[in-house]
Amino acid sequence: MGCLEAMKPEIILSQSSFKEAREYIKKNVREYHEVEPGYRIFDVHIIGVPPLYIGVEGEHLIFPYTKPCHGTFVVKVPGGEEIGRLRAGKK
Amino acid sequence: MTENEKTALILLGCPQVPVQTSMALYLVHGLKEHGIQPVIAGTTAARKLMEVADPDRYYLGEMTDLDDMIDEITGKQRDFDLCFVFIHNDSGVAYAGTMAYISKARVYALIFGEHAQDLAGEIEFPCEVVAAKAVHNPMPLKRRLDEVMQWAVSKR
Repeated sequence: MGCLEAMKPEIILSQSSFKEAREYIKKNVREYHEVEPGYRIFDVHIIGVPPLYIGVEGEHLIFPYTKPCHGTFVVKVPGGEEIGRLRAGKK
Repeated sequence: MTENEKTALILLGCPQVPVQTSMALYLVHGLKEHGIQPVIAGTTAARKLMEVADPDRYYLGEMTDLDDMIDEITGKQRDFDLCFVFIHNDSGVAYAGTMAYISKARVYALIFGEHAQDLAGEIEFPCEVVAAKAVHNPMPLKRRLDEVMQWAVSKR
């Protein structure tokens, strides 16, 4: 399981609210999957109030990354095996 | 800790607003006075502020990393009777919402800072809201916490 920050994610939206991040993914990513709060992806958790979405765009994942001091970012990183796990609906 | 001892999780986010550390120590004290074992999960900076303020660990017991604690709760390895989440920004609301979803604990959203009332309006999940505009002076939040602590411990 990789370290998100070491993967140098592309920042699509910065210092937003978790609701803004949710709306961005829903409106701008064609394939997205709902996950439960606390869903672990790479070395981070998806934080917020349902519904929470993770998008898939080609070989990349687009998801909200919440930092306690800086709000929620929407990030894009190569998804690797996480894409299959997400599509399979595994926790 | 005895098997029947009640437990409380205290979640500390960004320690940017001064009242957080003193209110967290006050809450730890209050819970222990009522026989409830507090565990603190927080960011590194939030935990360091607590450790420096209580070097002999007179108040502090177990402290752990925020993400590690979420892992343990989502993994069903542990849970708590009560959960107090300190909130002064949107991330705090997001963490409280997550706790309300993943934990069986009764969740208390302790909202403070310049925009406490606006943030309180963002709470759309089951929890008890304790909000006061407190930035440097902890007393407004302390008064609100004192009000709910009485019945928080009686309902545990």
